[in-house]
Amino acid sequence: MRSKFDSPIVLLGSRLLAPYIMLFGWYVIIHGHYSPGGGFQGGALLAASVLLIRISGGRVISRLQIQEFATTPLAIVGVVLYFGTGLVAMIMGGNFLDYAYLPIPGMEADWLRYTGMLIIEVGIGLAVMAILIMIYDNMVKGEDHA
Amino acid sequence: MYWELELIIFVFLILSAIVALEVKDLLVAVVMMTIFSFLVALLFVAMGAIDVGFTEAVIGAGVTGILFVVVVYQTSRKSND
Repeated sequence: MRSKFDSPIVLLGSRLLAPYIMLFGWYVIIHGHYSPGGGFQGGALLAASVLLIRISGGRVISRLQIQEFATTPLAIVGVVLYFGTGLVAMIMGGNFLDYAYLPIPGMEADWLRYTGMLIIEVGIGLAVMAILIMIYDNMVKGEDHA
Repeated sequence: MYWELELIIFVFLILSAIVALEVKDLLVAVVMMTIFSFLVALLFVAMGAIDVGFTEAVIGAGVTGILFVVVVYQTSRKSND
C-alpha cells in the first residue's frame, strides 16, 4: 500500500490507534465470561489492530510487529490450548471440556470452571488472530503494495 | 421502543445499499459496504442482540473492509490479454 500513496499522516494515525484496539481486544477476551464478546470477537479485534499497521505501513514496518512465518505456529498454539484443555479434563475422568476435572491443585470447582473458560478463550483468540493475519498475508502474496 | 431511531437507521441503510450497488468506483462501493455493516450492527444492538452486533461491527466493518481493499487494489478494470 505504500507505493500507492505514501502518506506519513495515515501511518501516524494508524500507529496511534492500533495499541488501543489491541488493548480492547484483550479486554474483550478476558471479560468474555460475563459481558458480550469472547474469544472470537477479541481475536478479530487483535487481528484488526495488526492488519491496520500492515495495510498502512507496508512490508518493512509490519515485519517489526509479527513476521509472516510466525502466524502458523500461533494458530497451532491456539488450537492445542483448546483441545489440550478439553482432553486433559477427559483424561482426569470427566467429559470433554468438563472444566471441574482440571488438575490444578488448591482450587474449588467454580474457580476451576472460571480458569478453564479463560484458557479456552485465550486459545480461540490466538487462533482467530493468527488465521486472519495469515489470510491477509496470502492475499498480498509478498508484494509491497496491497 | 426505539422506533424513531430504527427508522432513521433503516433509511440510511437503504441509501448506502443503493449507492454501493450503483456507484462506478469500486473503492467507494467498499466504503459503502462498510457503512452498511456498521448500520446493521447498530440495528442488531437496538433489537437487543448485543453479541451479534459486536461480531458484525468487528468482522463486517473491520476485517472484511481491509480484505476488500486488498482485492480492489489487486484487480484492474480492463483485462490485460
